[in-house]
Amino acid sequence: MKRLATTAMALATVAIFGPQAAWSQTLGSIKDRGELICGANGTLAGFGLPDPQGNWTGFDVDFCRAIAAAIFNDPTKVKFVPLTSKDRFTALQSGEVDVLSRNTSWTLSRDTSLGLDFTAVNFYDGQGFMVHKSLKVSSALELNDAAVCVQQGTTSELNLTDYFRTNHMGLKTVTFATADEALKAYESGRCDAYTTDSSGLYGERQQLAEPSQHIVLPEIISKEPLSPAVRHGDNQWSDIVRWTHFAMIDAEELGVTKTNVDEKLKSSDPETRRLLGSEGQYGEALGLTNDWAYRIIKHVGNYGESFERNVGQGSPLKIVRGLNALWTKGGLQYGPPIR
Amino acid sequence: MIEKIQDLLPQDLPRRPRRFGGIALQIALILVIAGLAYGAIVNVAQNLARAHIASGFGFWNNTAGFDISQTLISYSASTSSFGRAFWVGLLNTLLVAAIAIVLATVLGFVVGIARLSRNWLVARLAGGYVELIRNVPLLLQLFFWYNAVLKSLPQLHGSVTLPGGGILNNRGLFLPRAEFAPHFSAVLIALFVAIAAAIVLRDWSRRRRERTGRLIRIFWPVLGLLCGLPLAALALAGFPLSFSVPHMGRFNVSGGVEILPEFAALVLVLTIYTAAFIAEVVRAGVLAVHAGQTEAAQALGLRSAATLRLVVVPQAMRVIIPPLTSQYLNLIKNSSLAVAIGYPDLVQVFAGSVLNITGQAVEVIAITMAVYLSISLFMSLLMNLYARTTAIVER
Repeated sequence: MKRLATTAMALATVAIFGPQAAWSQTLGSIKDRGELICGANGTLAGFGLPDPQGNWTGFDVDFCRAIAAAIFNDPTKVKFVPLTSKDRFTALQSGEVDVLSRNTSWTLSRDTSLGLDFTAVNFYDGQGFMVHKSLKVSSALELNDAAVCVQQGTTSELNLTDYFRTNHMGLKTVTFATADEALKAYESGRCDAYTTDSSGLYGERQQLAEPSQHIVLPEIISKEPLSPAVRHGDNQWSDIVRWTHFAMIDAEELGVTKTNVDEKLKSSDPETRRLLGSEGQYGEALGLTNDWAYRIIKHVGNYGESFERNVGQGSPLKIVRGLNALWTKGGLQYGPPIR
Repeated sequence: MIEKIQDLLPQDLPRRPRRFGGIALQIALILVIAGLAYGAIVNVAQNLARAHIASGFGFWNNTAGFDISQTLISYSASTSSFGRAFWVGLLNTLLVAAIAIVLATVLGFVVGIARLSRNWLVARLAGGYVELIRNVPLLLQLFFWYNAVLKSLPQLHGSVTLPGGGILNNRGLFLPRAEFAPHFSAVLIALFVAIAAAIVLRDWSRRRRERTGRLIRIFWPVLGLLCGLPLAALALAGFPLSFSVPHMGRFNVSGGVEILPEFAALVLVLTIYTAAFIAEVVRAGVLAVHAGQTEAAQALGLRSAATLRLVVVPQAMRVIIPPLTSQYLNLIKNSSLAVAIGYPDLVQVFAGSVLNITGQAVEVIAITMAVYLSISLFMSLLMNLYARTTAIVER
């Protein structure tokens, strides 16, 4: 009830007194404020999770740090707001956060009816299932009549129903408001399976008491293109968020990393020179400084570095690049040219 | 003789203009409030349109697409609409509230009266219960009971089979479901006739007692009538009743009536929590009845149970009902905590899943609040009507 009232109050305040500024001059208000406000997950290892000291880490967290680095040349000028899947869109719509970087799937209805713009897919994901080893299940198609725990307000909730219906299987859904509650119920045996994006499954498996006793089934039942989102209507701001991602992709493609970025400043390769701002006025065209991409790579690193550090081989999650490899390596990550 | 207070006032006092002024002021106030409300609504619509957020109630008939774990009316994710999901959620809220209100009232009265008991242990136990329960936040108690319920129940493969074919595990309690053949109506008719006959018998015995002063015990004849007649009809119609017994599948139990652990935990916690407050209300009500009433009743030879039932409680009810109403309203509103444990009540289904899928927070939250307001106002109305029947009638 309290959460209901808070949501209502926040919405009413925004809807009635609608801050015009929040819709059109996001960059300006971030600069005035001196920090970026980023809506992140808060409970998902590898993507967005504060450590016991309160330092946020994760793939989605890095993305916000990259934006802050581009604007302020300081990746620490970000305030992270932990959001549940239920509150995330309201928080962005009402102007509580500047950007939503919280493993959110890009769908048509979200793009059109929520007043949001998805900037660029930074993680190609798909929904999977996790079950206890003792069930001796090796395929999701064996889950007929199973009880499945799922988080509310997610595309997972809808895909789950679709998948069982398409395969003529019985299903008992148990829906929870947060991923934590759903996972806890799964662990206590309330459900046979737990479902969410497969990246999330790997992250959440680490939070279980005995991670090795649970397996992720091979089926990927949906397309989940995870993308940061901004409010509709501020094109300059959506350009900045979109190109922050592209700059990280292009840097990986050009072999520019956190460690060699200073040497690369002296590079004679025209593409590298344009990326790092040694040539052209591309940063200023975005409303930033020309060394915007240099700052991102210097402080956060390129796309591949962020991936491996947070969710890949350098992390407990060990997610393989797969669809998220560069297009030159058989993946889907492709950055438009900076010119 | 003075009829009205006005007769005491000087006759030439200019009353009329003042009354007119008062009405005009009230009309102006209503207009200002209505204007503000209208302005707010228009502003909301404009701001939503400017932010490109969908608005309106067009989503109501769109296909929901998500599954709900407990449905009292038929509902299918593939064909049912968001509107249907709303009704499913509302009925689940009403079900949990109705059952918890009945149980909390019974438990609350027992504890409230126990707290006044002359038995030291009973009174202290009741007091301890009240103090413990009402001083711990409801949400914590809900988590405690949900986890206590879940953890203490057997896993699926260790399910307990109850006598009569029920199955109990951490997925819920599965009971045999009665399935009625068409001839079953004969049994219902027999039951109806038996109830009618019992009422006639009671009235007859009461009249006779008032006339002759002799008390005839009718308990056993009435019990025989209520049980015997339907059973006889059942036998005559050839037992038109079968039970669908739940059976174990690989993952779940199918068939029978399913009681979810979420439902059980929510009913349990709402009952226990609200009963503690109702107990205090009852205690206050009983203490408000003058001790002279009890003494008079005992002087007339009534035993203590009869004193309580015939003299104290009827008078205490006048004091009890208004605060009892607020406890019922609290219980209904507290049922929205279901969202924390995954029981599909109105807030979970409608202000949760539907809100998120449609993204139409303003409409969905407005409807949800309007529904809680309506339920609460209706509950108050019912309780006020009941309060009228317990009011002191001047003779």
